Amino acid sequence: MIKNIGQKIYAWVDERFELSPILKFMSEKNVPVHRHTAWYYMGGVTLFLFITQVVTGILLLFYYRPGADSAYESMRFILTEVNFGWLIRSIHSWSANLMVFFVFVHMFSTFFTRSYKKPRELTWLTGFVLLALSLGFGFSGYLLPWNELAFFATKVGTDIVGVIPVIGKPIMAVLRGGEDVTGATLTRFYAFHVAMLPAIFTVILFVHVLFVQKQGMSEPEGFSKNKKTMPFFPDFFLRDALLWMIVLNVLLFLAVFYPWDLGFKADPFSPAPAGILPEWYFIFMFQTLKMIPAHVLFIEGEVLGILSFLVAGLAWALVPFWELKSKRKGFSNPMNIIGIIALVYIIIMTIIGYTS
Amino acid sequence: MKTNRRKFLNFLIGGGLLGWISSVVYPIVSFLIPPKIPEANVNSVSAGTAADFPANTGKIIQFGRKPVLLFKDDNGEFHAFDGTCTHLDCIVQYRQDTKQIWCACHNGIYDMSGRNVSGPPPRPLEEFTVNIVNDEIIIINPAG
Amino acid sequence: MKILLFISIIFTGMLLYPGTTFIRAEITDQLIAEDNCVSCHMEMEILPVDFQKYDIHLQLGLSCAGCHGGDPSSDDPEESMDPKKGFIGKPALKDIPQFCGKCHSNIDFMRTYQPRIATDQVQQYYTSIHGKKLKSGDTKVAECVSCHTAHAIPSGKDGRSTVYPLNIPSMCNKCHGDSEHMQGYKIPTDQYEKYAQSVHGLNLLENKDLGSPACNDCHGNHGATPPGIESVSHVCGGCHVNNLEYFKESPMAKPYVELEIHACEQCHGYHKVGKTSDGMIGVGEESVCTECHTSGDAGYEAAEKIYTSLSNFVSIYDSAETKLKEVQRKGMDDVDILFLLKEAHQVLVHTRTLTHSFTPNKVEEKTQEGIEKSKQAIEKAGLEISDYYFRRRGFGIATLFITVLVIALFFRIRSMDKEKK
Repeated sequence: MIKNIGQKIYAWVDERFELSPILKFMSEKNVPVHRHTAWYYMGGVTLFLFITQVVTGILLLFYYRPGADSAYESMRFILTEVNFGWLIRSIHSWSANLMVFFVFVHMFSTFFTRSYKKPRELTWLTGFVLLALSLGFGFSGYLLPWNELAFFATKVGTDIVGVIPVIGKPIMAVLRGGEDVTGATLTRFYAFHVAMLPAIFTVILFVHVLFVQKQGMSEPEGFSKNKKTMPFFPDFFLRDALLWMIVLNVLLFLAVFYPWDLGFKADPFSPAPAGILPEWYFIFMFQTLKMIPAHVLFIEGEVLGILSFLVAGLAWALVPFWELKSKRKGFSNPMNIIGIIALVYIIIMTIIGYTS
Repeated sequence: MKTNRRKFLNFLIGGGLLGWISSVVYPIVSFLIPPKIPEANVNSVSAGTAADFPANTGKIIQFGRKPVLLFKDDNGEFHAFDGTCTHLDCIVQYRQDTKQIWCACHNGIYDMSGRNVSGPPPRPLEEFTVNIVNDEIIIINPAG
Repeated sequence: MKILLFISIIFTGMLLYPGTTFIRAEITDQLIAEDNCVSCHMEMEILPVDFQKYDIHLQLGLSCAGCHGGDPSSDDPEESMDPKKGFIGKPALKDIPQFCGKCHSNIDFMRTYQPRIATDQVQQYYTSIHGKKLKSGDTKVAECVSCHTAHAIPSGKDGRSTVYPLNIPSMCNKCHGDSEHMQGYKIPTDQYEKYAQSVHGLNLLENKDLGSPACNDCHGNHGATPPGIESVSHVCGGCHVNNLEYFKESPMAKPYVELEIHACEQCHGYHKVGKTSDGMIGVGEESVCTECHTSGDAGYEAAEKIYTSLSNFVSIYDSAETKLKEVQRKGMDDVDILFLLKEAHQVLVHTRTLTHSFTPNKVEEKTQEGIEKSKQAIEKAGLEISDYYFRRRGFGIATLFITVLVIALFFRIRSMDKEKK
């Protein structure tokens, strides 16, 4: 009976909007099956987490009040008075971290499977932009509770931006909405976080996914020999759904058993608490800057550090264009070496950042 | 056999999906239903009607986790101070006879401006702002 | 024109600001230059042992000659230290009060330095034991210099002053704790020892709480006399107002006076006033009531009742505190509970004070109020804790649904794959 009604609705809509090409496309969409198929799911998980962010973020918008006088109090309100407010908030915080984590996983998996190769250069590039936007989301969102940790982490973070020569200080002023981190910074970060970044992210995400749909999933080298595929619907889709359910359960577990703290309200006049650290996904950069000596030749250490990261980031974004082509496999392949160095560097620096 | 199994699995999937959807929808709907207190207000607290408050009396109001001493003087003006004595943290009170703020623990005395004038208290009491809006007493923490 | 006025005001302000300390220092350096007493004694390194520049007499221009007499303008010792020119030299110990009193009892003189300053110190001193003994020839007792020093007297509010509250107990102890010095006076020498262990002593000496009494707050400054029977309660009651009020209205007040028992001191001691405990009232081991009362008399029964009310309240308050800690450990909202407990604690303090009324009904009434508040706190805590478990149960249910879904999906996928093969 449900099928009947479904068919009738489909016929009605198809008459007006011609859905058949879309459905044909979806039914023909195939996913290559090989030993790296598992990594295909990573993008989807990231998407799932992004959707969670949007949903919980919109819910939080119902009660959150930006402003130095009201942000912290409204957070407290959400956590103590609003039904399931604690749950929505903790899911939002955990999902943010998991999303960034999976963005990195997705990025490295596409790197090591060389999915950035022609014709998918722009997919990689838009993906890199999405990474940067995700970090922007994380950085701007972190300030919104207006607690002590967030306030000082933002201060330190934007200070580092100001180190970039020539353009650093103006950019810092635009980010902060002034010379220092104040209520104006909060308002501005709120605008970034709930309006500007979501708009840009959605557009670029749409483009990114569109490219993937148009070009199909990238296949590993030498795949054309056995050409085993599975249809996206229902096989890959069901597997995707399975994974999404598990990720959701993990999220719920984290939200209930490791709820996110509120901390103390930010007081711009109190001294910074000892050992202020940015969020974990910035630690490797933070630790690098700490380890560079104050002066290297004639350049200030910090400036060298920031510029190095900017150059490295740019190089990483443009990988499809300067890729060192080689037939070698495994650890002797130059791109693999570069990728492993990057990955190991990030992991080790993050560990050092937390243990020192 | 196979179709039975198929049907059972479909039933499980359908049932699981339904259960899952409801366990997602239920918290979201509850979340959107406004809580008892419609908004956060730890910066200001309502303390009853101004007209009903007798002159030359005081009482302790809860402000977040702090006690706040609110009193009305003979001229009908309201004053509010942090109700924690600056000596050893007892809760102070308004004395109708001496028209001063008094701490019973060690006889600490503050004047009507919160200044410590006698006894062990080392510091004055922090003042809170009192606004009367439509006859309602609103106490505001000036520290924000 | 206006600019000139403005500039001159600023300029004068600039001169005056450093003026206070600057001018004082100038006087002292100038003083040393012009005053031959100081400069000579300084050169010959025979300045008094306790000579300090921060001495207030020196700061105000009253140098050596101001007290000792003589002529500071002459650098000839015979002239400058000529008795005919008023030189007194070092006064005899028993003459010191009058020596200081020369100025300090003269209100017309003292007024020019401080309009409100007291000028009855010497008069008071002679009413004290120290004063009386000094008059009769005993030079072992304290006179002005013993406490104030001779040449290092800053303002009493200056932390360096020997009579600054934090310094007073050890200063009195210099004599009163020296058993050799105190031989023959027939008073104990362990006052400082006892005081330092008391709540007042620990509060003053370790916590630096200036609100806590030092020796002079109970004994008086210049008219130091051990408090008599009535004086003890009066002294304690100066800070512990309600305790005294309740006691005065209690059935114990009159018998104490009749039996000539010292009020507060009887149960709490005087130098070694220890931290009070609830066990002090009642009929248990720590009780002070049983020192006089025995089973069967009215006092004994009252003590028992009061203790029962109090300990009842305390146990409910304690369980409220335990519940609060549990709420905090579980990370749930504790603001309202904290406030209720604060109020309950205030009632507890009041109840403990009310024990001094020795009237069971009054205490019982107060404890009911406190119990009410504590129970409210316990209730709120209970709600928070059950919410905590509700969250976990909710998670369990959601996990159940998800697990069912996941397993079903898994089997569906498997069967789909099998069909394909």
